[in-house]
Formats: sequence, C-alpha cells, structure tokens
Amino acid sequence: MRVFQILIDGFAISALYALGATGFTLIFGVSGVLNLSHGAIMVAAAVAAWAAASVLNVGTYAGALIGVGVALLTAFATYFAVVKPIQASRRIPNEEKEIFVLTGTLLWGIMIQEVIAYFFTNNAKTVLPIVEGVVEILGVRTPKNEIFTAIVCCLVIALLWLLVNRTRTGKAVLAASMNPRGVTLLGLELTNIYIVVWAIYGILAGIAGVLLGMFLGVSSYSVGPLTASAFSIVVLGGLGSVSGSLIAAFVVGYLETLTAYLVSPAYRTIPALLLLVFVMYIRPQGLLGRR
Amino acid sequence: MSNFFTSRLFFISLVLIVIASTLPLYVSGYVLGLLTVAFYFGVFAMAWDLLFGFAGEVNFGPTFLIGVGAYTAGILNAQFGWSVYLCIVLGASASVIAGLVLALPALRVRGPYFGLTTLVAVLMLQNFIVVFADLTGGEIGLTIPDVISIDAGTNYWIALGFMTISAAILYGLSQSPIGLVLQASGQDPVQAGALGFNIVKHKLAAFVVSAFFSGLSGALLVFYFGTASVGTVVDVAVGVNVIVSAVLGGRRTVLGAALGAIFLIVAGEFLRPTGELATFIVSAVALLVVLFFPGGFLGAALSREARS
Repeated sequence: MRVFQILIDGFAISALYALGATGFTLIFGVSGVLNLSHGAIMVAAAVAAWAAASVLNVGTYAGALIGVGVALLTAFATYFAVVKPIQASRRIPNEEKEIFVLTGTLLWGIMIQEVIAYFFTNNAKTVLPIVEGVVEILGVRTPKNEIFTAIVCCLVIALLWLLVNRTRTGKAVLAASMNPRGVTLLGLELTNIYIVVWAIYGILAGIAGVLLGMFLGVSSYSVGPLTASAFSIVVLGGLGSVSGSLIAAFVVGYLETLTAYLVSPAYRTIPALLLLVFVMYIRPQGLLGRR
Repeated sequence: MSNFFTSRLFFISLVLIVIASTLPLYVSGYVLGLLTVAFYFGVFAMAWDLLFGFAGEVNFGPTFLIGVGAYTAGILNAQFGWSVYLCIVLGASASVIAGLVLALPALRVRGPYFGLTTLVAVLMLQNFIVVFADLTGGEIGLTIPDVISIDAGTNYWIALGFMTISAAILYGLSQSPIGLVLQASGQDPVQAGALGFNIVKHKLAAFVVSAFFSGLSGALLVFYFGTASVGTVVDVAVGVNVIVSAVLGGRRTVLGAALGAIFLIVAGEFLRPTGELATFIVSAVALLVVLFFPGGFLGAALSREARS
C-alpha cells in the first residue's frame, strides 16, 4: 500500500513543482531573467485566493480566479517596476545586469512578503479547495483535491505546450528564446514578446500558488523555500529548458516524498539538495541544459 | 597605494575612526551594543564585496562561511570548554576550510549556477544544524558559557578595532595587483586568462580571504552575543542583509560595504516603532538605490569627486 501512497502523493507534489518551475524557466529562457521574487508571487496568489474566498465570501471559483489575477498583476509589476528599469538602465554595465536583476528581484520579493505579513499576518492559510471529499485509489485514501491538483497541473502544462508550439505568438516566444536579435530583424517587437512571457509566467505562477494554497497551505514564511525549490528544480533541469524542468520537478518531488515516507519528514529536503550539488559538480549545465 | 594616504577618502576614514573610538565616553551602552553588532556586520559585508565586487561571483551564501565559523567556535567552547581565543582561531580556520570545500566545485560553474551552489550550501548547513541538535542546539540555538567581555565599551572597542584592521587589509588587497587581477577576471575571464593570469588561483585566494574574515567575524559575534542560533548567523535572511548592505554601500568599494551595514542596522533600529514594516522600508530603500544609484552610497560620492 505504501508504494501506491508514495506514487500518488509524489505525483501530485511533482506536478505542482513542475507547474511552479515552468514559468520561471520560460522567463529565463526568453529574457535571461532569474526572477527571485517567484515565491512571493506564488504566495501572493494563494493569500489573495484565501482572502477572497474566506473573508469576502466570493466562492471558491471566483476566489481562485482573483488569486490568479493578483499573480498576473504582481508579475507585471515585477517586470515594469524592477526588471525593465534595470535592463534599460545606462548606468549599469551590460555584463552586470544579471547580478542586478537577481538583487533587485530578491529585494522586491522581500517587499511583497512583508506586505503580505503586514496585512494578513504570518499565520499559515489554507485556501478552500474547489473539490472536497476523499476517494480510495488502489487502497489509498486520497483527497479529491489532490487528484484535482494533479489534473489541473498536467492540463495547464499541456496547454502551455500547445501555446508555445502551435500558435503564432508562442512560436515568436520560442524564437525569442533561441535568437532575440533574429526575432527583431523579422520585425517583431521584443518588448511585446517579453510582456506575453511575463503574462504567461504570472498566470502559471498564480495557478501554482492557488493550488499550493489548497493542497498544502501557505504563509509568508514559504516565500524563501518556494523560490529556492523553483530555482533548484530549474537549475537541475538545465536553465531555460522547459522539458528539463519537468523531469527535474518529478525527480525532486518523488525524492522528497520518498524521504518523507521512508526516513523522516524532517530530512525531506536533504537528498534533493545533495543530488543538486552532485549534478552541478558532474554536469554544471543541468540535465538538459544547452550551455 | 601611496596616493591613498594623501587622498580625501583616507582622511575622512581616519576622522570617522577617531570619532568612533571616543564614542564610549559619552553615549549609552545601548547605542554601543547596536554599533558593535553593526561593526561585525560590516566585516561580513566587506568580505562579501571582495567576492562579488571584485571576483564578480554572486555568493548567495555568505552565511555559510559566517555560520561555519560561528558554530565551530561556539560548539568547541560550549561542548568542550576550550578557551575563547583558541575557539575564535579554530572557528576562523574551519571557515577557511569550508570556503575551500565550497569554492572547489563552485568555481567550476558561473553566474546563476554559482549563486545556487552557494545558496544550497546554506540550506545544507541549516539542515545539518537542525538534524544534529544534540551538538548544535538545533533550532533553539546554542548557549555559550564564555564571553570576551561583559563591558559594553570593551566589546565596542574590540569590534571597532577588528573592523578597522579588516577594512585596512581588505581595502589594501582590493587596490593591490591581486585585486586588479581579480577585477579583470570578474569582468572578462577569457581575456584575463589570455593575459597569463591564473584566474582559478586568484578566485580561490579571494574565497579564502573572504572566508577567513567572515568566519573570524562570525566567531567574535558569537562570543559577543553569548549564543549561536540559525536566526542570527545562518539563516538566508541574514545573508540577504549582508548582500543588501554591500549593494547599498556601493559594490567594488569595500569600505562602502561597511557603511552600508552600519546604515542598515542603525536604520532597522530607528524603524523599530513601525513594527513589521521596518523590513519593507529597508528593502524598498535598497531597491531604489539599486535602480537609481547602482554604484551605491560610496560609489555615487566617489564618482562625484572624480568628476569635480
């Protein structure tokens, strides 16, 4: 029974990690930006969904939508208030922009975290799940919410794949990640592509945040660990490679679940960290990295 | 180097140090305590700037080096009762070894990959401290029986003297040929290597120096607080404060990092009445500095002086 339990729980966690990390890696692939306010945006989405559903009583569906909307707005704010000014700044030398974007988004993330803590306290919040109840799969009592989370994650990732590979906008995004200069030569405005990518990112991070809020609950303390886990999954998979991130998310998700069930929940994150150090040492570009 | 002693920066620093050293004669113990912590923090920030500003490496884990130094010194004193000074020396040595262990794999990777490796090191140290709670005191922290001194003035002078000596050594190093090679390898490693400089050796040296001062300062801080805990010397949030200090003060200036740290700690104290918003305000100010004065306080001041 324990095997199935680990398989099912691990799948839900991994799918959630994959969703959270996909947007993160997409932004890096297209605009070379590592957004360290990622965790803060996810938590903002979850807390907004919680506040809308539990305090304003707008219902679970509307609450979830509001959460995703807040994440979208926060993502745009991140781009226009922090990332774009740094990229456009003439006072920062080009080769140092990466470092400044890292520092800037880190500070921005702390600001979001503090605002959340100020208005909604540090207490953990669980968003009301959209589907309730428990079903038995292969002898394992599984909350319906867990299945819902896994299905939504897989659906959204599939939609993203269709968007990137089958639509004109998506192809422009893909092209921009391969050769930004080539895209501008073809007459496409790079800034518009960045805005599309940040919009996709905001929606993905928002959905991931709201689902996480329903599944495990969040507090303003989860900001740091969430950013760190997205960062490590993305590096493990290879920066900028979406399929690499998906594989890495499942590796990390199952490794954590295995450790939590077989050893102790206290050691949950340690094997994944060790694996990360090991991979960085023998293959610095990550599993499917291009560099 | 020779024109440094006649420069305006040197005189300003000298005057500031003289004024600072007379402070215990007329300010309260509370202010001294605050500045003591700020001075140790200043050394953290300066040691970080040597890596970030000169070697061009984003070290997200300054607290790994600080924490190893602090906890080694603390554990040796609390569990084995060794003398304070021996513990401080051993703490700094442990930090140098930890710096080497971290640098060897980390220097194979660049940019964000390097940043992540250092971040992971901090998370591992944090996990290690919690798992081996018998030895380290776990999440509650380790109580240390000995302190250097209980007199606020003495502690203040030790911290000020330590910061001054560290600043002199780190600043001297950054202006020396070694510092210039480091700066070159940070900006364009290929070209610096083509000029015949051994980049790996220089970066490794920078790592060792940075680790030594971080560890020493961490160990001293532990014996000032009388306790070592994850929240004060290891947590990622502490590392973020070190980074913010260095960026605020001005990267590639070394001395600016110390100014930034003192500003950050004093400002945090002034903003205490605003409660939970204090961190928000400090981060917002830091973000504005990053966006509008990327050179930081000292960078802005120095470039104005160079222009006039």
